[in-house]
Amino acid sequence: MQRLLFALLLLPGLALAADLEFSLTISEHRFTPSALRVPAGKKIKLLIDNQDATAEEFESHELNREKVIPGKSKSFVFIGPLAPGRYPFFGDFNSKTAQGVVIAE
Amino acid sequence: MLSAAIIVFRESFEAALLIGIIAAATRSIAQRSRWIVAGIAAGLAGACVVAALTGEIATQFDGAGQEIFNAVVLGIAVVLLGWHNIWMSAHGADLAAEARQVGRSVGEDGAELSMILTVVALAVLREGSETVLFLYGLLSGGEATKTSVASGGALGLLMGAVLGFILYAGMLRIPMRRLFAVTSTLIVLIAAGMASRAAQFLIQVDLLPGLQTPLWDFNAVLPPDSLVGGTLHALVGYDASPAGMQVVFYVATIVLILTGMQMVRSARQSANH
Repeated sequence: MQRLLFALLLLPGLALAADLEFSLTISEHRFTPSALRVPAGKKIKLLIDNQDATAEEFESHELNREKVIPGKSKSFVFIGPLAPGRYPFFGDFNSKTAQGVVIAE
Repeated sequence: MLSAAIIVFRESFEAALLIGIIAAATRSIAQRSRWIVAGIAAGLAGACVVAALTGEIATQFDGAGQEIFNAVVLGIAVVLLGWHNIWMSAHGADLAAEARQVGRSVGEDGAELSMILTVVALAVLREGSETVLFLYGLLSGGEATKTSVASGGALGLLMGAVLGFILYAGMLRIPMRRLFAVTSTLIVLIAAGMASRAAQFLIQVDLLPGLQTPLWDFNAVLPPDSLVGGTLHALVGYDASPAGMQVVFYVATIVLILTGMQMVRSARQSANH
């Protein structure tokens, strides 16, 4: 019981804990950085800044994410916690050039 | 042209498969084709509006607007599909018996018809809004000409519609008695897949815990963007690497709908005796 109370007391602290943030920029239908190193085993807030005039869709089968980023706007998506490994992602609207990978280590 | 065809095909064929199943499931309801067509038209109009408002929607709820919007659209579709199945389990037998009887009053099926319209519209709206955004981007990017985007888009749409029609035509070969069992099973699984997808949207903006992420990873074995993977995604909600919470939503949806169908059936049986 005491342990449960202790755990409950910790919960708000966990919720308030700052998210680990990493940034991606879309410009000329390319991601920068195209290889993003992140710590494994942690939930990560990925900030995506689309500097192009047209919308892009951040998509990754491996990360199981799909999000439209309107042109000239910033957005975010949470990923993980990830097991160590490579997680390719791409821009679905310009997949010829918009390619990248998240490397969890 | 090719990229337009591929994207439009991918987005339209999911909606087309759902429409094919709905059309087969409701084949005994008079005038249902008109309502399906109206649903497609409403969905296309809605898709253009949503695409135009993408920026506004995205900035709502501290940047989680897009996900909340998608989750709500999917949630409504899940409820409607579940309701359809429960309604069918009460009336399916009557419908099969009266199938050849022309002139069933529309009033009786009014609620069912508006369900068809709404579900079809929501499916088209969801798949369509992304397609509109993509095509708009292609056109304003300046690399593609209007003709090539239009012809590519039309080709993709046609291919999607043909697949949906093939599924529909195949289902019509199933005897009426068994058709309801097949369509209602598929509809339960489609609804479960939509619920899982809704959960995924909420997980990606951290409004819902993922539990175990992913619970498994089949990306190497059966990629979701392959034709088989995509078809399974549309028909049974296949997800190559779902979070634990998505599986919880998937299973809970199946259990809830089946329980509802069972309750309606047993209430009906005891009323008949």
